[in-house]
Amino acid sequence: MILDLQQFIATERPRWDELESLLAKIEEDPDLRLTLDQTRRFHYLYDRAASDLLRISTFASSPEILRYLEALVARAYGEIHETRDARRRFLFWHWFSQQLPQTFRRHLMAFWCSLALTILGATFGAGMLYLNPDAKETLLPFSHLQVKPSERVAREEQDEGERLNGKKARFAGFLMTHNIRVSLFTLALGMTYGVGTVVVLFYNGVILGAVSFDYIQDGQARFLVGWLLPHGSIEIPSVMIAGQAGLVLASALIGSRKRMTLLDRLAAVRDDLVTLIGGFSLLLVWAGLVEAFFSQYHEPVLPYGVKIGFGLLELVLLCGFLGFGGRKARPGGASS
Amino acid sequence: MMLNLSGRKTLQIQTPEGVVFNLTVAGLFTRFLAWTVDGAAVMAASSFITICTAFMAIISPDFANALSIILYAVISVGYGIYTEWKWRGQSWGKRLLRLRVIDASGLKLQLSQIIIRNLLRPVDLLPACYLLGGSFAFWNRRGQRLGDLAANTVVVAIPVAFTINTQSIKEAKYNSFRDYPHLESRLRQRVKPVEAALALDAILRRDEISPEARVELFKDIANYFRDLVPFEEKVDDMITDEQFVRNVVASIYRQNSARQPKSSGLELNVPTV
Repeated sequence: MILDLQQFIATERPRWDELESLLAKIEEDPDLRLTLDQTRRFHYLYDRAASDLLRISTFASSPEILRYLEALVARAYGEIHETRDARRRFLFWHWFSQQLPQTFRRHLMAFWCSLALTILGATFGAGMLYLNPDAKETLLPFSHLQVKPSERVAREEQDEGERLNGKKARFAGFLMTHNIRVSLFTLALGMTYGVGTVVVLFYNGVILGAVSFDYIQDGQARFLVGWLLPHGSIEIPSVMIAGQAGLVLASALIGSRKRMTLLDRLAAVRDDLVTLIGGFSLLLVWAGLVEAFFSQYHEPVLPYGVKIGFGLLELVLLCGFLGFGGRKARPGGASS
Repeated sequence: MMLNLSGRKTLQIQTPEGVVFNLTVAGLFTRFLAWTVDGAAVMAASSFITICTAFMAIISPDFANALSIILYAVISVGYGIYTEWKWRGQSWGKRLLRLRVIDASGLKLQLSQIIIRNLLRPVDLLPACYLLGGSFAFWNRRGQRLGDLAANTVVVAIPVAFTINTQSIKEAKYNSFRDYPHLESRLRQRVKPVEAALALDAILRRDEISPEARVELFKDIANYFRDLVPFEEKVDDMITDEQFVRNVVASIYRQNSARQPKSSGLELNVPTV
């Protein structure tokens, strides 16, 4: 097609400018609602720019205009053809009470896998320590876990929670951010077809199993449960939810839904992943607070019964929330 | 892998109306530079937080420390999410280097896509310095790192706004091609925009090239155009290769002065050829 470039630009440029300014307005304010006339005008300008792009794409001397029009049409195309609902307002309570537990249950199988891997790791860690007590140094590379459990318990009980005086908020901040980072990493490793996620979950289980075995063998089971349960009842499931999200991602990559393309599979789980991320992050904030301000107090300051009771209560509430939250009641009394 | 003539990857999108457009995928080095700028922005924000919380430490050192740790984590993770959402796929670094994150289908970028591409960054960073993500992006036809793949996003280069000075598109001398309007028309049809721009560039920079190299260069370009549109021998034999290229460029860029508006307000920096 032959056209007079200069004439063409002179005629069309005002419309491109109008489309650009309309696009800038829409992009600036996502809640902007165009009137019917504005929408018609917007569509007309888009059609015109798209048609100009078609005409100019055959004209040899206009690479700059071509690129400009391509970018302009691309922006308008995104606005006009988008069918996903972006204007839905985010309501925290609805998200937390409905969406989060529903999403969790939608991918329940991935959570069971995550739990199974943790249990497998824990069994392996405990078994290794049982078979070879010298492996403690390798299995538990943390200085506070290297000492004999009974010695640590005696020291902690004597300390009466004074050790962290003036440092508790900092400790809580560290725990929250560190645990969230580790959980996000566990999720991100889903992109390695889940191999990385499986390794992290298993390793987490190994540490948990080895510590538990070490304390139980030394007769400190009560301390262990009292120490771990208040924060662990939330923290450990949170890491497993992160693993669940990682496995969901891996399953989308591997292609458990064969009829869909890779991009469609990833798109199908994207919102669910964001919900799970929000969920475990929130739970880990709570776990960090409990660990810093509650878990560090032992008998005689805080009876173990109270701590264990508190931890069990949290666990029951969490299970109830994830298992039954967001279920809609049916007329017959049953819930879906 | 889809490449444009400058050897860069492109993202091709076809609209339901049948319009096809290509967007240039951002190069890895440019993206790395943008990431460096963003890293500096996060560092600056963190330093600011440290100063602010230092004042708070007078009241409660413990609380100030906790706040500092939490805010640093929030900024380092939330910076990319917030800026890309607020500025439609652009962080400070991307704005500076004229890059934008877009949906790979050309649709509107969703918040969930931005969150996923930013939160999956740790796996791209493995084992260090974006080695995994960088290698993946290098081989991926859309230049996507792993986070981009999961989010279905692509980082594209934003074209510079064009300027055209139509006043200066004139032919300095008589162009013998004008006697063959049908061949000129064919030239305009067959020569691609980038090819015309390259030929023009060669003419503009002729004095920077040594005479021997110049002869070789214009011979190659002229032969390329001759293959595209064969001119009659009597036209072709009378002019040098360089003049042939000049005539081609002049024919392509030539405007009808009679139809030229007095003031278009547009500028294209193309001097006389």
